[in-house]
Amino acid sequence: MSPLLSLKGVDKSFGALKVADQITFDLPAGQALGIIGPNGAGKSTLFNLIGGALTPTAGTVQFDGRDVTALPASARCHLGAARSFQIPHPFVGMTVFENLLVASSFGNAGHRDQRAACKEILERTGLIHRANRPAGTLTLLERKRLELSRALATGPRLLMLDEIAGGLTEGECLALVDTIKAIRDSGVTIIWIEHIVHALLAVVERLIVIDFGKIVAEGDPKAVMADPLVQEIYMGISVDDAAA
Amino acid sequence: MQAKTIFPIAAFATGFVALSVAPFWADRADLRLLMEGLSYLALAQMWNLLAGYTGLVSVGQQAFVGLGGYLFFALAMFAGLPVIPGLIGAAVLTALIALPTGWIAFRLNGAYFAIGTWVIAEVFRLFAAQIGSLGGGSGISLPVTVARSLGEGREAREMTMYYIAFVIGAVSVGAVWALLRSRWGLALTAIRDSEIAAETVGVDTRRVKFLIYILTAGFTGLTGAFIFLQKLRITPDAAFSVNDWTAFVIFIVVIGGVGTIEGPIIGTILFFALRQVAADWGTWYLMLMGAIAIAVMLVDKRGLWGALRSRLGLSAFVTERRL
Repeated sequence: MSPLLSLKGVDKSFGALKVADQITFDLPAGQALGIIGPNGAGKSTLFNLIGGALTPTAGTVQFDGRDVTALPASARCHLGAARSFQIPHPFVGMTVFENLLVASSFGNAGHRDQRAACKEILERTGLIHRANRPAGTLTLLERKRLELSRALATGPRLLMLDEIAGGLTEGECLALVDTIKAIRDSGVTIIWIEHIVHALLAVVERLIVIDFGKIVAEGDPKAVMADPLVQEIYMGISVDDAAA
Repeated sequence: MQAKTIFPIAAFATGFVALSVAPFWADRADLRLLMEGLSYLALAQMWNLLAGYTGLVSVGQQAFVGLGGYLFFALAMFAGLPVIPGLIGAAVLTALIALPTGWIAFRLNGAYFAIGTWVIAEVFRLFAAQIGSLGGGSGISLPVTVARSLGEGREAREMTMYYIAFVIGAVSVGAVWALLRSRWGLALTAIRDSEIAAETVGVDTRRVKFLIYILTAGFTGLTGAFIFLQKLRITPDAAFSVNDWTAFVIFIVVIGGVGTIEGPIIGTILFFALRQVAADWGTWYLMLMGAIAIAVMLVDKRGLWGALRSRLGLSAFVTERRL
């Protein structure tokens, strides 16, 4: 079976600055992949390249066996690639419910009952009590949850999550891990960029480490975290027991 | 329904009813002023739809006002079209001409787009001055027969003219409201708030923006056609005036409240009130307008309606969808 997502030799440069350097990997449908790396390593850039916000300088991006390298972000969303932003981009003048309605009206969701679908997602992500509030009045943590909710409302086959656990308390973090596990178990393929490594390792089956725009380690999460090179990059961050 | 919705709705509804019977209470001078106001309302609604929702800040809307005016004159004089088909024909042709100009302007972003639209308008102005059969640089008057066809006697003609203006003004508000309540409205409001997020959740932002550009060009052309029907005379400088058809319109939308339906209505009222009071002050009047626009930007850039809405929760043209 062909992978859901396949990157081949993807490069991205801004002038002399290379932010993605020969990125190549396949992601089978249903897999949950974690991505870690220092700040500025090119993790969010990778999402921009997969999601279509940026076009690669070289290389190809294939989604579901189809070359999407030249497609804009909206077309990739129609095919089922959804993402959250690290810095939330809510539609501030619209209500939380309307934020989801945009996503379900224009995403990959088809013509199911949109109101019910949005309601169900808001219940799952714990934002239902904010449904009719303007998104501009939400706190930062609520905005992050809105990012997740809105991405889900597009009806994704691939869900890209960009640092949505940052700033959460331990309890909130565990609840988030449960939510993401449930999404994974419903058959959605996931790529999760996260600095909270123990939360990440509780969900993902595979881990990629990026530094200076390059993949420097890849494979089974525990093996990757045990790699001396990765430990050096992540000095001071130990693999939490939660992963065990 | 709460007081903060009922009161503004009652105010706008009263205004609508008063305007719908204006020929029965207003004298000639007032009627002319109201026609001008309704034209500006339509121009402001269109500029707001374009800039306030899709973020396309055009300073070249005079291109479409002028094109609408000239095309209407041409259709009436050379094709012999009656007034109403002539107005509609001018609107459709203006929208068609906007296809290639949009294709050029959409290659540019942000400030470059703004300057590009201005340059395009200047090209049309220079082009209009070259057409000898439309009077070249000195312009041309509408044949008396065209104006006569509007009705028997001056009063009947003025009544017809007024109701054309009323329909243009009312449709500009009603159509924008209907659009914002549709599925397209979701996309437009999302683009207003974050274009990158709208694109990410599947809104084809380029296509939406282009279609809105064409739509607003057509309606701006219709308004321009009416404006010059009322003036009975057209010249390149009057038709493609950046001051009259873009600067004043931007002033209206900015002081009223950009990105809202109510803003352009409030802005039009403020603009005409200001003009009635201060228009005789000469240059001071323009300086006062500039100072007011700057003050609005500094105090609350959401404009009068934007500030009222966020502080008091007022709304009249409700588009919100609730769960």
